[in-house]
Amino acid sequence: MSELEFRKAIRDALDEEIERDPTVVFFGEDVAAPGGVFMTTPGLHEKHGQERVFDTPISELAMAGAAFGAAVTGLRPVIEIMFGDFMALPMDSLVNQSAKFWYVSNEQASVPLVVRSAVGAGGRFGAMHSQIHGTWFQGIPGIKIAAPSNPADAKGLLKSAIRDDNPVIFLEHKRLYSVKGPEPTEETLPLGKAAFVREGGDITIVSALRGVRDALEAAEELAGDGIDAEVVDIRSLRPLDHETVLQSVAKTNRLLVVEEGTRVGGWAANLLGIVAAEGLHDLDDAWIVTTDDTPAPYSPTLEDAWLPGPAEIAAAVRARLGVAAPS
Amino acid sequence: MAETETERARDRSDQPGESPAEYLDRYGRMRLIRRFEEEIQRLFLKGEVHGTTHLSAGQEAVPVGICSALEPDDYAAGTYRGHGHALAKGTDPEALAAEMLGRATGVCGGRAGSMNVIDLENGLVGCFGIVGGSIAAATGAAISAQRQGKVAVAFFGDGASNQGYFHECLNWAQVFDLPVVYVCENNFYGEFTPMASVTAGGEIGIRAASFGMQSQVVDGNDLWAVRGAALEAVERARSGAGPTLLECQTYRHFGHSKSDPGKYRPPDEVESWLARDPLDLARARLLDLGLSEDDLSAKEAEIDSQMDRAVEGALGAAYPDPERDGGTEFKP
Repeated sequence: MSELEFRKAIRDALDEEIERDPTVVFFGEDVAAPGGVFMTTPGLHEKHGQERVFDTPISELAMAGAAFGAAVTGLRPVIEIMFGDFMALPMDSLVNQSAKFWYVSNEQASVPLVVRSAVGAGGRFGAMHSQIHGTWFQGIPGIKIAAPSNPADAKGLLKSAIRDDNPVIFLEHKRLYSVKGPEPTEETLPLGKAAFVREGGDITIVSALRGVRDALEAAEELAGDGIDAEVVDIRSLRPLDHETVLQSVAKTNRLLVVEEGTRVGGWAANLLGIVAAEGLHDLDDAWIVTTDDTPAPYSPTLEDAWLPGPAEIAAAVRARLGVAAPS
Repeated sequence: MAETETERARDRSDQPGESPAEYLDRYGRMRLIRRFEEEIQRLFLKGEVHGTTHLSAGQEAVPVGICSALEPDDYAAGTYRGHGHALAKGTDPEALAAEMLGRATGVCGGRAGSMNVIDLENGLVGCFGIVGGSIAAATGAAISAQRQGKVAVAFFGDGASNQGYFHECLNWAQVFDLPVVYVCENNFYGEFTPMASVTAGGEIGIRAASFGMQSQVVDGNDLWAVRGAALEAVERARSGAGPTLLECQTYRHFGHSKSDPGKYRPPDEVESWLARDPLDLARARLLDLGLSEDDLSAKEAEIDSQMDRAVEGALGAAYPDPERDGGTEFKP
């Protein structure tokens, strides 16, 4: 069976949607002629032309504002804000213009736009090129946040994001771009729906993006200790599909949420709070594993220690369940 | 000997769109904005308008002159001082008043209020509560407009010319030859601070030169001058020759917002601008062009009664019912 690389899933989704819908336009810094700094968009400019795919100035605020204005006047822009860290710059337009338009306009029109970015640490990029901005936007009503963990989901979710009538922030983890996985079985995937990626009865581990792979790896390791972990891929940070998590917790009675992000103000703490409020009767234990509350460090030893990886996840579960590590 | 503006207007009066009768309608629209702002001020003091308001009385010639050069389906983006932008673009005064009053019949159903009015049916892609936001909205609308044969206009104040939005978007629009007109309503104060004291170079229009963009400094209290500049800029945009920056110099009669008496402005400065009230200037020009006092009084009475009806209708409308509003975060 043929396998799909994550970066090609992104490219194919864009290619197919630009082809399918003449109102879709795609622009960003170095995305057209150069094909993207992570080589996610090669050939799109050549195939679809300057009208549909073009390079922009390094002007993130103008880019987001231009996408907003274009989206409320008939186009469906997809923009690339190269690194998620750069999302602090266009924040006003996204937060105050795109996110509010549907509601404040009394539903005169919505804002169909997608903002793609490479996110996450582990690449030794340092503090200003390693953040995941999803949680910066998680408290903003009116913006969806998609967070795929594998190539098939990336393709289906990006196609849904482009077809969705609302603004969507689309997170692409840098350490997933070269990952290969099965081709998608569906044309699109619903935004805002979590997925069970491993069945288990002892504990529910929820994560997103690269963290899902780490959780799956940890689950395999824990299986050797006789701990049967269920892994849920949250896939979207807003809407946050707590229903699926509650469903899992009803079975496992234990919840661990793993986030590549901070302890305070992160989506893991947020999810834990919702599950506690609505499913306390099903919970024997619940906690989160996150990064340290410092900026992402550069040095490999520091960055590796800062990131919650499979070993940290497995160790946390063992410690919490009182199971000794295999000697 | 230099021709006067009135003589120039007379020379052009047989051209399409330039007749005194058409200018009388534009004067009427300016009066509608003035009356609207006066009513909002009155209703605010009565507790019917909530939060805050930013009135544009004194600046009416700018939006009316600019919008007179647009087609109805061209796009415009305004500011939190945006009542005039909406009315000039064609928003129904009763629906706009109802919005200020927080009523269900408001142009945004009472969800937007004074600072965030949106009226897509009239091409108003929004008024923005953040300084400079309109610049980006119009720049983006111009990307669509370029494909649709339309033009987009951004209204913004002098304060916005120091925002990232201004510099990023003007560069962007020039790079992509976008059909957009950037209209800076320079009223010489950013909130309470004199423009000159916080604006390097002391002028705004000249900033376009650094982008290779056409620009013009315009007497923003002269309806004819604004319209003339707008016609040229809109034609440039529509023909594919790219954007223009128009710095329209004007003055607000009220303070920055409802809580500001405007004490920081020197009395003689205020007086000299009040002596150049754009409505008075337009009225005098129309008389010079041969309209009668009766023509003007009739138009004024028509507008005043339109405004009275609008306020009466808005005051009579119901507030939105939270139980039945049914607002959703996302478009389903």
